[in-house]
Amino acid sequence: MLKIQGVHTFYGQIEALKGVDLEIKQGEIVTLIGANGAGKSTLLMTVFGKPKARHGRILYEGRDLTRVPTHEIVRLGIAQSPEGRRIFARMTVFENLQMGALCTDGSTFDEDVRMVFDLFPRLEERRTQRGGTLSGGEQQMLAIGRALMSKPRLLLLDEPSLGLAPLVVRQIFDIIKKINQAGVTVFLVEQNAFHALKLAHRGYVMVNGVITMSGTGKELLDNPEIRAAYLEGGHA
Amino acid sequence: MRGKLRIIFRGRFDLAYFFQQLINGLTLGAIYGLIAIGYTMVYGIIGMINFAHGEIYMLGAFVSVVTYLVLSALGLSYIPLVLLVMLLSSMLFTSIYGWSIERIAYRPLRGAPRLAALISAIGMSIALQNYVQLTQGARVKALAPIISGGFTVMEQNGFTVRLSTLQIFIMILTTALMVGFSYLIDKTPLGRQQRACEQDSTMAALVGVNVDRTISTTFVLGAALAAVAGVMVTLYYGVVDFYIGFLAGMKAFTAAVLGGIGSLPGAMLGGILIGLIEAFWSAYFTIEYKDVAAFSILVLVLIFRPTGLLGKPEIEKV
Repeated sequence: MLKIQGVHTFYGQIEALKGVDLEIKQGEIVTLIGANGAGKSTLLMTVFGKPKARHGRILYEGRDLTRVPTHEIVRLGIAQSPEGRRIFARMTVFENLQMGALCTDGSTFDEDVRMVFDLFPRLEERRTQRGGTLSGGEQQMLAIGRALMSKPRLLLLDEPSLGLAPLVVRQIFDIIKKINQAGVTVFLVEQNAFHALKLAHRGYVMVNGVITMSGTGKELLDNPEIRAAYLEGGHA
Repeated sequence: MRGKLRIIFRGRFDLAYFFQQLINGLTLGAIYGLIAIGYTMVYGIIGMINFAHGEIYMLGAFVSVVTYLVLSALGLSYIPLVLLVMLLSSMLFTSIYGWSIERIAYRPLRGAPRLAALISAIGMSIALQNYVQLTQGARVKALAPIISGGFTVMEQNGFTVRLSTLQIFIMILTTALMVGFSYLIDKTPLGRQQRACEQDSTMAALVGVNVDRTISTTFVLGAALAAVAGVMVTLYYGVVDFYIGFLAGMKAFTAAVLGGIGSLPGAMLGGILIGLIEAFWSAYFTIEYKDVAAFSILVLVLIFRPTGLLGKPEIEKV
């Protein structure tokens, strides 16, 4: 579904991605783990052309995304809940969801809002509240909800567990599983390697802008190197 | 000495005199408010002060004069229709100018240091002034009053308070435009896209907003509102020249900062306050210092409220 081939991305002179290859197949949950600053978020933003890849190709259903303008990409069926959530802070919860549905024709808007509110009842309680006044967990729900409003076939999630209480993290991961079971392919970037690998079908490990390892979620979980680098002393 | 003072102050402390200044100030303030909206919206969305915006207003005034002359040459004299055509043609032409200015002078500098865009804006402003001076001449153009008549609201000690039809027209039109415009920004998809770009243009692009097009639309809308202000000033004062954009632009910019730059209600409130300050200062003190008064109030407000009257400091949770 999504094939990333030899992608290099630069911030000015600094090379953030140094030739990344990665593939996501229809219906999967694929996770990308790695330390802070490894380039995980940069990869997700590069899929949307912000910043643009300097070399390499990003093929989505056979089409090269590096040639598609950012604002057209969501119309191809990819949505992102980005790093830092990027909620429209001075818009209400409902308006944020309306923004998420911008690329649709609006014919199923009511059902889609209903679906998001069923997944995240908290959002319904807060529908007229401004995005900036929500708690971190609620903002995360809103960021995912907003992404779902575009009815994506591929959902990119950047650290949905960051800064959340353990109970909320579990909730969010359950919901990601539900979303996937409803037919949405999920690409999950996480620092919380344990939860992410347990949930994902397959995983990749990124170090300093390159993929160093890949395998099924279970393989990676059992890999001693990974345990030492990302799991030990953490949740394992 | 005593006698002279009494002549100067005669009637100045009457209620009637006060009301007259209130009417004059509100009229002027409404016009400033319309121009200020353009400053505040452009600042909100691309974070720069469009110093050529005053020139857009000046162009609007000129287009309305030219339109009026063409219409009278054609023999059209039905006033409501004349006004409508003047407004529409001014808005159309300034929209084209506003759109082109952004394309030519600002878009190529997107991502460049802010100072570059600012210098480009000042250059654009000077270029437009000279363009009008060269093509229209430096002499002041006068226009015979188109809307006449009015009411006497009250009389006191021989002082009559007049509310002219033109003033009513200006206040109704600006109020309608401000209400309509607020609705556009608050409730419509176009307004939501505009606000989304203002709050986080990268995220806006991620959800499918064409950011460049939204910025163009913002310039067009701001220019159209400034054109209406230009037409009304032409009707109100009856004279235009190539230099009117500078001071009006500074005043409207002051209004936008006073109200809180980036805030739409702030721009409207700021405009009205600047208009009132000018009118009352001229009426009770000296007319020569009315601009000083307006700018001093700005300085005072910014000392105590750096974000302006309605501007809010960013409150965003991480």
